[in-house]
Amino acid sequence: MADTSDIKKGFKMLIDGVPFAVVDHQFVKPGKGQAFIRTRIKNMMTGAVIDRTFKSGEKLEKADTEERTMQYLYPEGDSRVFMDTQSYEQISLTNEQLGDNVHYLLDGTEVDIMLFEGRPIGVTPPTFVELLVTETEPGFKGDTSSNTTKPAMCETGLQVNVPLFVNAGDKLKVDTRTGDYVERVKG
Amino acid sequence: MAPPSDLAVLQVLALRASLLGSIRRFFDERDFVEVETPAIVPSPGLDVHLSAFEVRTSEGESVGWLATSPEYQMKRLLSAGAERIFQLSRSYRAEEHGRHHEREFTMLEWYRGNATSDDVIRDTEELVAFVANALDQPAPEVQPPWQRLTVDEALQFHANVDLATLVNDEERFFRVWAETVQPRLGNERPVVVTDWPSSMASLARLKPNGMADRFEAFYRGVELCNGFGELTDATEQRRRFEQNQSERRAVGAPVYPMDERFLDDLERGMPDSGGNALGVDRLLMLLVGAGSIQSVMVFPEERL
Repeated sequence: MADTSDIKKGFKMLIDGVPFAVVDHQFVKPGKGQAFIRTRIKNMMTGAVIDRTFKSGEKLEKADTEERTMQYLYPEGDSRVFMDTQSYEQISLTNEQLGDNVHYLLDGTEVDIMLFEGRPIGVTPPTFVELLVTETEPGFKGDTSSNTTKPAMCETGLQVNVPLFVNAGDKLKVDTRTGDYVERVKG
Repeated sequence: MAPPSDLAVLQVLALRASLLGSIRRFFDERDFVEVETPAIVPSPGLDVHLSAFEVRTSEGESVGWLATSPEYQMKRLLSAGAERIFQLSRSYRAEEHGRHHEREFTMLEWYRGNATSDDVIRDTEELVAFVANALDQPAPEVQPPWQRLTVDEALQFHANVDLATLVNDEERFFRVWAETVQPRLGNERPVVVTDWPSSMASLARLKPNGMADRFEAFYRGVELCNGFGELTDATEQRRRFEQNQSERRAVGAPVYPMDERFLDDLERGMPDSGGNALGVDRLLMLLVGAGSIQSVMVFPEERL
């Protein structure tokens, strides 16, 4: 069994059956008083971040989680199917579980999948993905300024704001952490 | 944590030298004598939440503990007739490590014989303003006088709860204090919090209102110092030590011995005194706006 001395950034613990990951932590000890660890922890199922204070020395239950690199294969109903690149084992996540990340999946994209007690609970796509623009207002020739933007629809259904010079058929580099356009990719 | 550049190390060295120099000037101007007391002591302090390093020879024989503060020996000097003393020393607390804690840290401790806790609070306010000025870290908010609050007022103001409802549940008191009250103390200017429950100050005398004559100053949510109007009654001091020991026994903490020579010297007579212990690393951190005490130390544990 773990205790508060194991707490560090990324430490995963079980609270009332739910896995939480430590985002931030601080040792506090009021003068002449009991020591505590104040933490900010993220519910790994919902993404919600909460504050929680533990008594120093308090026992903690480590969450049985594991991150595996998997390759995206294909959609199947409301789900997406992935394959473990080591074991070739296939698993599927629902679009709901994937949230916005569903928009960063192209055939063969490698993602990190978080498993909790063997079941997938979340996915981290590559930081940057390259997506094809399927639809946007025609660009203005010669307008290379990126101060003004317009919406563009990508092949995965992601809508991003892009500079005016971007056209349907262009390939874009997108930051998956923010969903923002980074640059147009040559080729 | 990335190792600091050589330049940053030199800056920290210069800041610390300047801080220590200005602290010595401050006390010198007020006729205090700088004293030195041992790091290895026969009793490291008995507060239930205090954890000390035991010192052993290579044969395994225990020779004492590293001092968690130089309090007992400095008070023995008051009994011996010293009237105004200060010390800059390393203190050691085995289980404290975080942004505002280091297991080995620099403590400034001073005592005034024939004085009250109010005299020492005034010293504290003047000292911090003096060193801020000496360090060229203009901080108009540290100019005396600082705000004063009782523990009860601080709880009511910041946590909307009375001391009376928490005083019998120390864990809840400290949880509310650590989570809700302390982070809000001293954010505009430092605040001195007085009138602590008697159970939270085993070395302080009681005030006529039954509260401990203990104060703590907070600046930007950080506890800066802890001071007392000192308990001078040897019988009462022994009774409290015994109580501390049984509390330690009850929670399974090591039961350290009492410092019998300190008790003998109290018996012999110690003048009414005020004393204060101030975290030097925290003071520097606050004055230069650093985010941790480690960033104003040259060799914190993680870079040793």
